[in-house]
Amino acid sequence: MSLSNREMWTLIHGMVLGAVFLLGFAGGLEGLYSLRPQLLSAEGVRDRSRRLKLGVVTMAVAAWGTVITGTWIVYPWYRDPGPESPRSVLLANPDLADWHHFGMEWKEHVAWISPILATVVAFIVIYYGPSLIRHDRVRKTALLLFVLSFGLAAIAGLFGALITKAAPLV
Amino acid sequence: MASNIQAGAAAHDELDVVDKPEGPVAAAIIAGGVGSLAVGLLTTLAEASTSIKDTLNFYDPVGPLSGKTIGGVLIWLVSWVVLHMVYRDKAFETRRALTVALVLIGLGILGTFPIFFQAFAPAE
Repeated sequence: MSLSNREMWTLIHGMVLGAVFLLGFAGGLEGLYSLRPQLLSAEGVRDRSRRLKLGVVTMAVAAWGTVITGTWIVYPWYRDPGPESPRSVLLANPDLADWHHFGMEWKEHVAWISPILATVVAFIVIYYGPSLIRHDRVRKTALLLFVLSFGLAAIAGLFGALITKAAPLV
Repeated sequence: MASNIQAGAAAHDELDVVDKPEGPVAAAIIAGGVGSLAVGLLTTLAEASTSIKDTLNFYDPVGPLSGKTIGGVLIWLVSWVVLHMVYRDKAFETRRALTVALVLIGLGILGTFPIFFQAFAPAE
């Protein structure tokens, strides 16, 4: 009932930061979707704006944390040239090799677009604050980029989970 | 329902906040597209050229991914600063910025797609 250093970092990368990312996304999505004048009083707009900032900033920070820990801490263990590294295990088996050639190759690159887009959304929300409610087109733009950021992270997260299942990092 | 709409319209007039130009928002959106494109472009270039792949290998344990990610983030931040300076006081339409950004993001995603970038790998 103990975790190795590698398992701990894999857990932080995939589960802890992933959970924070999901929480931030849920809060930000709800905040962006409902920031409409017909739904809120002036006090409601100010309150919603504070929670919206918290949601989008949380998601951006979690996204950066996920890609930084993934690339600079977990990935070197994955690609270790030794025969027991996940990469070596996958490439040694023709039935599993595509998990590396397609899954990992896509995940390790596309994931980096997610925090960039999440940061753009966080900037928009912080820049306008409560007055974002007056800019419906900007709100919808932020909503689209926010969902896109989440979708790209979801692709990376899904492949991460499947690759870990095929060749765990121990 | 009508009373809700009227109440809402009145509510956001009561917010008492200074409105800001859309230029900085448009700059951030386009820069996000530039950053996405940079990640995709560096991924494809590293696959197409061994010398570029070696140049991007900033840190051996991470390999060329180190240079692709640091390079992509730097290009994004520099483009954001430059675009912000250009558009900070301008009324640049967010819809146009989004269109540009979506094209760049699409190209960036394409550049990171293995079936696409692996097609540029030198023949063995």
